[in-house]
Amino acid sequence: MNVAQQAFGSSPEIPLSMRGPAPTAVVVGFGFWLFLLSDIVIFAALFAAYAVLSGETAGGPNGTELFDKGRVLLETACLLASSFTCGLGSLAVQRRDMQWSFVWMAATFILGAAFLTFEASEFSSMFTAGAAPSRSAFLSAFFTLVGTHGLHVTIGLFWLLVMMVQVMTLGFRPMVRRRLFCFSLFWHALDIVWIGVFTIVYLGAS
Amino acid sequence: MNDHYDAQGEAPGISEHSGGGPRSYLIGAGFATILTLASFWASSTQLIYGPGVPILLGVLAIAQMGVHLVFFLHISSAPDQTNNFLALAFGIFVVGLVVFGSMIIMANLNHAMMPMDRLMQMQR
Amino acid sequence: MLGKLTWAAIPFDQPIVMIASGTVGLAIVGLLGLTTVKGWWPYLWREWITSVDHKRIGVMYVLLALVMLMRGFADAIMMRSQLALAAGGAQGFLSPEHYNQIFSAHGTIMIFFVAMPFVVGLMNFALPLQLGIRDVAFPVLNSVSFWLTAAGVLLVNMSLVIGEFARTGWLAYPPLSEIAYSPGVGVDYYLWSLQISGLGTLLSGINLTTTILKLRAPGMAYTRMPIFCWTALASNLLIVAAFPILTATFAMLLLDRYLDFHFFTNDAGGNPMMYINLIWAWGHPEVYILILPAFGVFSEVVATFSGKPLFGYRSMVLATMVICVLSFMVWLHHFFTMGAGANVNAFFGIMTMIIAVPTGVKVFNWLFTLYGGRIRFTVPVYWALGFMVTFVIGGMTGVLMAIPPADFVLHNSLFLVAHFHNVAIGGVVFGVLAGYTYWFPKAFGFTLDERLGKAIFWCWFIGFYLAFMPLYVLGLMGATRRMQHYPETGWQPLMLVALAGAVLIFFGIALTVVQLVVSIRTRDRRRDLTGDPWNGRTLEWSIPSPPPPWNFGLLPQVEGTDVYWAMKQVSSGTHSNAAADAYQPVHMPRNNPTGFFAAFFAVVLGFALIWHIWWMAIAGLLGEVTVALLQAWRTNGEIEISAEEIAMAEKALVAKEIAA
Repeated sequence: MNVAQQAFGSSPEIPLSMRGPAPTAVVVGFGFWLFLLSDIVIFAALFAAYAVLSGETAGGPNGTELFDKGRVLLETACLLASSFTCGLGSLAVQRRDMQWSFVWMAATFILGAAFLTFEASEFSSMFTAGAAPSRSAFLSAFFTLVGTHGLHVTIGLFWLLVMMVQVMTLGFRPMVRRRLFCFSLFWHALDIVWIGVFTIVYLGAS
Repeated sequence: MNDHYDAQGEAPGISEHSGGGPRSYLIGAGFATILTLASFWASSTQLIYGPGVPILLGVLAIAQMGVHLVFFLHISSAPDQTNNFLALAFGIFVVGLVVFGSMIIMANLNHAMMPMDRLMQMQR
Repeated sequence: MLGKLTWAAIPFDQPIVMIASGTVGLAIVGLLGLTTVKGWWPYLWREWITSVDHKRIGVMYVLLALVMLMRGFADAIMMRSQLALAAGGAQGFLSPEHYNQIFSAHGTIMIFFVAMPFVVGLMNFALPLQLGIRDVAFPVLNSVSFWLTAAGVLLVNMSLVIGEFARTGWLAYPPLSEIAYSPGVGVDYYLWSLQISGLGTLLSGINLTTTILKLRAPGMAYTRMPIFCWTALASNLLIVAAFPILTATFAMLLLDRYLDFHFFTNDAGGNPMMYINLIWAWGHPEVYILILPAFGVFSEVVATFSGKPLFGYRSMVLATMVICVLSFMVWLHHFFTMGAGANVNAFFGIMTMIIAVPTGVKVFNWLFTLYGGRIRFTVPVYWALGFMVTFVIGGMTGVLMAIPPADFVLHNSLFLVAHFHNVAIGGVVFGVLAGYTYWFPKAFGFTLDERLGKAIFWCWFIGFYLAFMPLYVLGLMGATRRMQHYPETGWQPLMLVALAGAVLIFFGIALTVVQLVVSIRTRDRRRDLTGDPWNGRTLEWSIPSPPPPWNFGLLPQVEGTDVYWAMKQVSSGTHSNAAADAYQPVHMPRNNPTGFFAAFFAVVLGFALIWHIWWMAIAGLLGEVTVALLQAWRTNGEIEISAEEIAMAEKALVAKEIAA
């Protein structure tokens, strides 16, 4: 028995903070949570820049003229659905269910890829209409904020692919499971950021 | 490393010990869908007093972020979630300061200072 | 093929640069040659370059910082000499273009590549030892963080030889730093080297925060941690929360420069003031990131050498966390004069004055710790006392400038320069040098030479006052910062005094090198055989010097603060007399080249982006992805050390101590 157990008895009344080093899964999960918070601060700076510069259209097009709310609703649906399938995938991983893990991971990938496809088509149509980031500060801020989110989604999809290969080659060993849990934290966080994006950028433009 | 019993609390998200099936995800997805549709409706409807729409959108967005945090990420004020909760609170504090602080400061500066393009015209 | 890179990038026509880089180049080649000839590469690769041991990484950080201190100080001496000469009509020996690069490099190097690595290195070394654990949360990530910082160092130093450095000051304000007004590679060197090392710092912040919050010895509640661990926690929380702002802001400037975006440009709606706002939202927490661990070092030093527990532990903790939160609420005081209204200026002025209060609480606690103690005047205590006087003066001038009307007169004057050097040198430098002296015996098994240590202190202490007190006066007389020459001949005598001070500090730095050489040569006289050369109070002194790779054979069971002091009162033996079967096998992380190779490709990527060599940039990126994937599939990351091996090693160390 360690001293904490001696003081408090070996019952779970020992304060959590005195039980010694945490298990690896908790350490990794919390470390990744901190990384996510730092990522959210990056988005905060980009949101701040967008908020300040959203009126600076330099005579060029503004949001109301450019944004297609129908497409944004589709994108939102895809991302929210992918968050949901990701959650179900986490449950399947917890059950060590190889088949359903793959089903949900694949579904997450497809929905994420659909989101990116819609966003890419939006960006390209804006470019052809002359609304490129070099046109105005507003467009610079828009493309950077939404583009950074899209870049995170892209990296996430790449990570998901790697994870699927890791599950295939290394199975559900602890290291792989920890990484899958980190991925799901990442994916949910991206959806949280998207809530901010579609509210402030797209719905806020009208 | 000590793998014998829960030390230092839980990490966010589901853990090895939390049982439970898809219930929280189903409820979360349901709420999130409703809140998303409500946001889209609120931004285009005539039924709400105009100046109140941004506030409503803000409330709906914060609510939906909360839904994600609670139902997908399982963040709560439970004692084994304290570290996660406090870290999140600090993060929100910084985000709020950066976003709203910048907006207030820049609005103040823009009000007091000559716009850049007019400044540049004076250079020539 | 090679983007913007041509032979013209090497400044053959600038003798100072060519001589400096030539000398350094020869020294590097000489060192590499010596290493090869002596066959040291396998040892270096195995024991240091691929090490994921926090103690080794901490030492490498501090070594990096000390080396970069020389480069940053060389810049300082050049500036002081130039200003001592360039009075009236004289132009000195440095052209304005060159001078601008020098003060930009001086600030960038001192903050990012001296102060940050030194502080992070000390935290890296001491934190796990004080927490009673075996390593930080993510050892491989720790190595990556160090090597990314080293990559940033390499890029900054390359700018001296290939191309140029930024001429925009250490924060590179737009519109001057935009492509229209700085078309050269200088600002790009600045931005990419800081993005790379900034990533390393952020990862380190995540690593150490997780370590403190999730990995403490059994029984070590938060209120039983040493104060250094609390200040490290606050500092690393600030890193995690503030460095992303720097990353985002630099990214926006990079987008402006590379892809014709308009965040901070003069045209198309850009707003340069937004950059200054965001960069200081990072910049102010940054200075607290630097000073808080220094405060922690002084708390440890003062308590140890007074022979008393630190006075007011809880108020210290509270003050530390209050500083952590408040540091995010004062940043506008760096640009009072940019044009915000009086009410906004007033708010931030008041907040700036408020943040001085918890620091005052700390100073009183240190004083009350010393009072009534049996003080041993060792070198770390000299630094602590010097700090208390010097830092308080610097803090007072800061509070003076917190009053917006006063700041309107003093902003960007030499008064400001004197203030921030006052707190940076009196606070951060004195703190890291105290920590260096204090923990050196733990790292290497022998103490540094005391007499030389005191000489170094006096050089720095007197040198600082000579170098910077005149600057306060000059600032009040109207002298501004970043000026290459000045018309007022009446200012010259003060500039000469400042030069004298800089020369004295130069002797202090030179003596630091001498001290290291002498101490190594005469180390047998000052061996630390007990692991506790200072009669310390915290857990790091309970293990041998240098510690075994696993730090603690048995994780200590913690029952209060000043754990080791309590242990010493109870038993006379310093090392555990645990029964041989009490030891468990220990899993330690294996050496890993990921950090080194990640940094290698970061240099390739950074250099390529700076010079617009796009194929090389893609190669660098692919290299990084490859390194990451190789690490992802590494399954043999740990090595198990058997219980018998640990028991034997512990017994041998106890025997050595008894024999001493």
